[in-house]
Order: sequence, then structure tokens, then C-alpha cells
Amino acid sequence: MSIVFEKTKGLTDKATHYCPGCTHGIVHRLVAESLEELEILDQAIGVASVGCSVFTYEYFNCDMQQAAHGRAPAVATGIKRVLPENIVFTYQGDGDLASIGVAEIIHAAARGENITVIFINNAIYGMTGGQMAPTTLLGQVTATSPFGRDQSIAGYPIKIAEMLATLDGAAFIERVSTHDVKSIRGAKKAIKRAFENQVQKKGFSLIEVLSTCPTNWGLSPAEAMIWLQDKMIPVYPLGIKKEAQ
Amino acid sequence: MSKVLMKGNEAIAEAAIRAGCRYFFGYPITPQNEIPAYMARQLPKVGGTFLQAESEIAAINMVYGAAGAGARVMTSSSSPGISLKQEGISYIAGAQLPCVIVNIVRGGPGLGGIQPAQSDYFQAVKGGGHGDYQLIVYAPATVQEAADVTQKAFAIADQYRMPVMILGDGMLGQMMEPVDFHEEVSTATEKPWATTGCDGSRPINVVNSLYINAAALEKVIQSMFERYAIIKEKEVQVEEYRCDDAEIIIAAYGTTSRIARSVIEDARGKGVRVGMIRPITVWPFPEKIFEHYASQEQVKAFLTVEMSMGQMVEDVRLSVNGKKPVYFTGRTGGMVPTPKQIMGEIEKIMGGKK
Repeated sequence: MSIVFEKTKGLTDKATHYCPGCTHGIVHRLVAESLEELEILDQAIGVASVGCSVFTYEYFNCDMQQAAHGRAPAVATGIKRVLPENIVFTYQGDGDLASIGVAEIIHAAARGENITVIFINNAIYGMTGGQMAPTTLLGQVTATSPFGRDQSIAGYPIKIAEMLATLDGAAFIERVSTHDVKSIRGAKKAIKRAFENQVQKKGFSLIEVLSTCPTNWGLSPAEAMIWLQDKMIPVYPLGIKKEAQ
Repeated sequence: MSKVLMKGNEAIAEAAIRAGCRYFFGYPITPQNEIPAYMARQLPKVGGTFLQAESEIAAINMVYGAAGAGARVMTSSSSPGISLKQEGISYIAGAQLPCVIVNIVRGGPGLGGIQPAQSDYFQAVKGGGHGDYQLIVYAPATVQEAADVTQKAFAIADQYRMPVMILGDGMLGQMMEPVDFHEEVSTATEKPWATTGCDGSRPINVVNSLYINAAALEKVIQSMFERYAIIKEKEVQVEEYRCDDAEIIIAAYGTTSRIARSVIEDARGKGVRVGMIRPITVWPFPEKIFEHYASQEQVKAFLTVEMSMGQMVEDVRLSVNGKKPVYFTGRTGGMVPTPKQIMGEIEKIMGGKK
């Protein structure tokens, strides 16, 4: 019998703690497979952020540093400036990257740091129990917008991919999704390309991955996939936002 | 080696380079801007990297990353910027990473002023950031001493795997004095724990300060404090100036100690035997030296002089432990105590007016 699929060497054997239906599990696999397939796992140094994915330092099978909330792009900059031949990546959620860490991601992109950023956008704060995120949709009910996000109180969601694409230092920015097999394949392609770019020293690459949070959205995993497709994609259109020559 | 006339800030930067520091991440703030500017000019010449970060917060996190990757790395700032760095410093301490942080202290709190002060003592030695940890803190009093402690700081940080702070002030940073530097240190410390890419040849390394299991976190902190206990035994640096026959002992560090030194001559001329204990490390604090003199028959009192409302005085009181009275005089907000002010306090103490 031949092996047609096996668990990637890019993940450790530690069982993840994620909720049923959480797309972190899928994206971890896509990142890990990309590192393995590009044969860069041994040179990789990942920067874990703070959110549901805080424990990625136990899940990715490469050297890892744990960063403070929002600071992963700065930590990654420090690592990459010391070890420019290594492959340095961050894995951040929407609170980490789009709220507290918004200065760090903008400036890492503006400086054109040759790193790879995986940005998980699930429009909510998962780990801390479902509070509003900068990417929460108007009208979306969360623990800190219990009557639905009201633009007159809490403003509008932030479109990170489009915003960072305005920076000359950004080499490759794409938004992808994880709501069905086709979108997951597209996500893998984009993530692998973002790592390839780093190998080829093309500069700053960020993949915004639209993701689900069934637990805090109050939906089943299957309903959450549909909600992502129907509600998030119109606000966060998929596609390549920046592609430097 | 012949001495060069250098500004304190620049001497600190040059000393860091001589110690093998090849990475500097910083942000402009008065009165330490000469440090990043010097690093920007000189680090590329020795194959190092200077980066002006977008904030002091970003800078300290770049230091974290670089330190975790095994480099000798430094940042510098002044009081308000050091406040911004406290989260990052706590993380560096918790992850047990070596680095050097320079604080050229200015008047505070808040935006405060740009003149020299010593009002960050509590922040430097009593935590600053959250959690159970310590920094080793050097408080130089001359440009030469600033260069010496900075050059030493990197090896100390590597040896004990912790952040080391150089606590200067705006006067020391801006003044020019003759300085020479020790031979450059060529051997760096082995760092098998650094995240350099596991290369298939070793288990993966993780640089981290999160221990979700409380028992595990307690063990880590206890091991850090075992190292701190060794540091308290071995790394105290202090100057005892004319204490042998002193009736009044001044406790002062940094710029204030220079003013105190001139008062001592004046006082002795007037028949009062004054001496000085000058901590060079404010952590570890020279407790035993204060204990020793507090037990001496001829010592009547201690007078702590600081450019603050009184911070180190608490540690002096703790060390003296009630054996003798401990008085305080100082100025704050960027004002500098005068010899006359200090002499006046000595006269009050001697005249029994205190």
C-alpha cells in the first residue's frame, strides 16, 4: 500500500487546543507543508503572537520565539537582521496585527523586511472570549459590541491587505479564504508563494487568511464557513492586492 | 592607550561596539540622541546593523528578537521611552535573554523635562515591568566609568542571561571627559539556546516567557532568582570614599556623587569627617557595605543625596536597618543639588537640628 497523504514534518506531535471547526488547524497545516515542501523547515524561525494561536511555539516544528501582543513583526525584524539567510515568519491574529500591533506591521512592511506574515482574520477576539476586533463587521454581535457593532460608537472595520498594499515596501499582499476546498487550495498556493518570495529575497509578503471562529460567532463549524463566505468576503474581497515586479 | 575627549553618550556607544555589540535598535529622545546617531555612523563600519525603529516599543522588541537569535544587542532611551520599553524588558527577562539597555535619565514624571534626574531608580531596580525579575543596573559617575561598565555589561548579560541596564543621566550623557577603552573582546559567549534555525542537527529551540502551568512558571522564576543570588554575591560594585573615620556618610550615585565628593573636602576643612558610599551597581545594592558602616561606633548618620524626591534612600534605610538615622536631601524635575545645599544638611545634622 502506498502512502498518499501523511502529516507534515512541519508540525510537532503536540495535540492542538483549537475548537472544533477552527480554521487555525487548517492554516497551521498549510504553513507547515509549505515550509517542508520548500525544504526550508530547518532554516525557519517562527514568531508566535498572542491570541488563540499563542501556543504555535509548540505546534510548528522549527525554532520559535514567543512575542508580546502585537510585537511579532518587530521581533521578526530583530531576528532577520541578525540571521538574514534564515526564513523568518510571523503568525498573527486580527487583535494582534490589526489592533495593538498596527504600528509594527505597517513599519515592517514599509521597511520591506524580507519576512513572511500569516495574518488570521476571523473578525473577533477568540482567546479572550469573543470581544470586538478591528476587523469585526458592522452589526456583528460580540462580547464588547453586544448590540451589534455600531459605527457611530466603534467605527468601521479595517482592511489590512488593502491598507498595507499602499506601502512601497510591501512586495506581495494577498487575501485568501478557508471556507471550502477550493479556497483552501488557493490559500495554500498563496502561503507557499509568500515563503518562496522570502527565499528569493523579494521582500515583505503578507497573506491575510479569512478564517472562522465558530465558538465566538455562536455558529456551528459548517454554518461558520457559510457566514464567512456570505458576510466576510463582501467586506474583505479575496485576491492579490500588491505584487511587486 | 591615549585618552580621547568624548561625550558620555558617544563613549557609551563606542564601548558597546568594543564589547562586540553589532546590533542597535533605538528611537530618538532627548538627551540620548547621540547614542543612536553614533551607532548609525559606526556600526556599518564594523559590519553591524543600526535600525531606527518606529517607537521605543518596537525597538525593545527588535532587541528581544535579535537577542533570542544569539546576538549582542543594545537599545538606549530616556525616561519616557524607558517606560514604553517596560513590557519588552519584562519579556526579555522572562525569556532569559541577554541585552543591554541604556537609560539617560531626564526629569519626570510624564513628558517631564530634558534636564538630568535620578527619578527612575525605582523603575530600574524595583521592577519597572511586571512580574518577578531583576535587572543588573550600573550607575556610572564619569564618562570613563560609563565606558567601563558598558563594555563589561555585554559579557555580564550573556553570562547571567538577563538584561543589564546602564543608568546614566542627562548630565553624564552630555558632558565631555577623557576616556580610553579596553581591548576589544573577541570571544563571544556560546548560546546553544538561541533560535538560529535547527538545521536538522539539534532539537528545536524555543525562546519564550509563557508558562501556562503555574508550577512550571514558579520553577523558572526560582531558577532565575538562584542566579540573582549569585549575582548579589559576586557582582556588587561600590566605591567607599573616606569612610574609615567618617562621622557622616553620604550615599550618592552618578552625577550627584561628583557634587558630594566636592562637599566632602569642604566639610573636612570645617572639621566634620564626612565620607561617601557610592554604589556603582544600584542592583545588586551594596547592602553589606552600608550594614558594616552602620555598625561602626563613629558613624553618626547617613545622608542620601539624589536628584529625585528620594528613591535610593529607601534601600539605604533597609540596609542600615534602624541602626543609625538616615537623612535625605535632593532636588528633582531636572534641578541639580548644590554643594551649599548638601553642606547645609550636614551642618543641620551635626548641629542636632535634625
